[in-house]
Amino acid sequence: MVAPVLFDIGYLVAAALFIFGIKKLSSPRTAPAGNRMGAQGMFLAVLVTMAKMYTEGIIGLELIIGGLALGSFIGWWMATRVEMTGMPELVALFNGFGGGASALVGLSEVLGRLQRENGIPDPGVELYATWVAIGLSGLVGWLTLTGSLMAMGKLMGGFSIPFTKKDERGRRKWVNFPTWGPSWLNFVKVGLLFGGVALIGLMIQEPTNTDYIYGLVGVSCLLGILFVLPIGGADMPVVVSLLNSLSGIAAAFTGFVIGNNVLIIAGSMVGAAGLVLTFVMCKAMNRTLTAVLFKSYGGGGRETVTRTKVGSDPEEVAMACDGIATCVIIPGYGMAVSQAQHAVKEFADLMEADGVEVKYGIHPVAGRMPGHMNVLLAEANVPYEQLIEMDDINSEMPDCDLVLIIGANDTVNPAARSGEGPLGGMPIIDADKARQVVIIKRSLSPGYAGVDNDLFFEDKTMMLFGDGKKMMNELNAAIKEL
Amino acid sequence: MSLTLAALVASITVFVLAIFLGFELISKVPPTLHTPLMSGANAISGITIVGALILSNSQFNDGNPGTAAWLAFAALVMATINVVGGFMVTNKMLEMIAGKRRKKRGD
Repeated sequence: MVAPVLFDIGYLVAAALFIFGIKKLSSPRTAPAGNRMGAQGMFLAVLVTMAKMYTEGIIGLELIIGGLALGSFIGWWMATRVEMTGMPELVALFNGFGGGASALVGLSEVLGRLQRENGIPDPGVELYATWVAIGLSGLVGWLTLTGSLMAMGKLMGGFSIPFTKKDERGRRKWVNFPTWGPSWLNFVKVGLLFGGVALIGLMIQEPTNTDYIYGLVGVSCLLGILFVLPIGGADMPVVVSLLNSLSGIAAAFTGFVIGNNVLIIAGSMVGAAGLVLTFVMCKAMNRTLTAVLFKSYGGGGRETVTRTKVGSDPEEVAMACDGIATCVIIPGYGMAVSQAQHAVKEFADLMEADGVEVKYGIHPVAGRMPGHMNVLLAEANVPYEQLIEMDDINSEMPDCDLVLIIGANDTVNPAARSGEGPLGGMPIIDADKARQVVIIKRSLSPGYAGVDNDLFFEDKTMMLFGDGKKMMNELNAAIKEL
Repeated sequence: MSLTLAALVASITVFVLAIFLGFELISKVPPTLHTPLMSGANAISGITIVGALILSNSQFNDGNPGTAAWLAFAALVMATINVVGGFMVTNKMLEMIAGKRRKKRGD
């Protein structure tokens, strides 16, 4: 017979492993070790829980092992087959599962208590604390689940309808993910939030009434959907980061439900970590969290493109690249979508062989996740010291001979400097200060913010219209032929 | 097991201190690690797997599993996907960064 205190010590060690894991994850050298420590902590926590259940008498062992095996297989399968570009969507999906699991634990606990005799405590500390925890873990958990699924849809940009006829390229009918949010929707959202809190109050008043419980599930799910619906794709880094924070908070509330400290520690730590990242993102975009969450933008009233620009061809650009001394590459989400990072690296190698100094200008919110560009370029073996952050690269831009912008738009839009419009005040990379600008982009259409980009129409700008990877490869071929 | 006020206050203390700890832990992170950190932290939030395990066990105890038991089972599967997938994806991202760093040092 193992003393119960040993189990608590096991949980304590697991919590310590999580703390060290997160700490080590914040430095490039120790990050892989940090991730392993987190995984070990989780393995230990599961092991301790199984051992504890074994000593107390395990009942549904086959189902528990089956559930663990099924979940492990699905998780392994998804993580193995994901492409680098699909990583943000997958993180959003996993995040939704975490929140959903917390919500389901709360729901299962309350329904289980209703079935049991003496399951509902008399009014007092236990009733209030347990029911508030159940209610909050449900509210936050369901909201995280539906919100994360919405965020995933927005990150994918849309979805193909199954069973429709395939076109000549083998793709099915594609539907863009909607972004919709009139200003009155904010009142609905706030109303739903208060409604959810009120339902928790009613649950405590009348614990046997399941209508309130299912009502809370519905309200929370709807709140998650409406919460993300009006937010444009450009703001998704902030939203995913915030939802990551919320899934941690949901786990912490679940810890209160089942009275387990390791859940409370790990959950609230993740909650704080996600919130720090959220504010880092907001700061980078020079926007407040309230503005992101409640001011719908990028939706209606998009400017239509009336001006035109004649596209250049790769040979022309290759000639412009000849004889330059410095080159700055500014990647954006378009590079991720077209998987052009290897072609970009090849371009940089060609330039360097010619004696050109190549650097990469990384905007903090380029792509759809913080550090998205860094990870992609790392995959293509771009040296770490060539990745320059926005503030440092901006001081070098006036001396730059040529900037190559691939799949970026809002992050180099000079309209942001005017301080007006949706992009107003967002810091940008000063690509327009370079002597020559080359932009690889599919069209002249505005970015997520819906603001026309004056940079496209400047005389020193050359546009290469087309898929990022295809155009990069053609450009590389043209340079080799020179 | 009845919950006492003292136990509740102790839990809230842990909750509040862990939040402060989380803020201090990751206040400085290079942008390269933002996505892996988010993903790794997300995997850790899958700790709710412990709650799912405990409830899966206790809810099946009447031999005739009801809604509550199957909800706990669903929670277990979802939490396991979150944990296993989350750590694996984070590892995948970090390997790319680490691989590049090794090349830089030339070993």
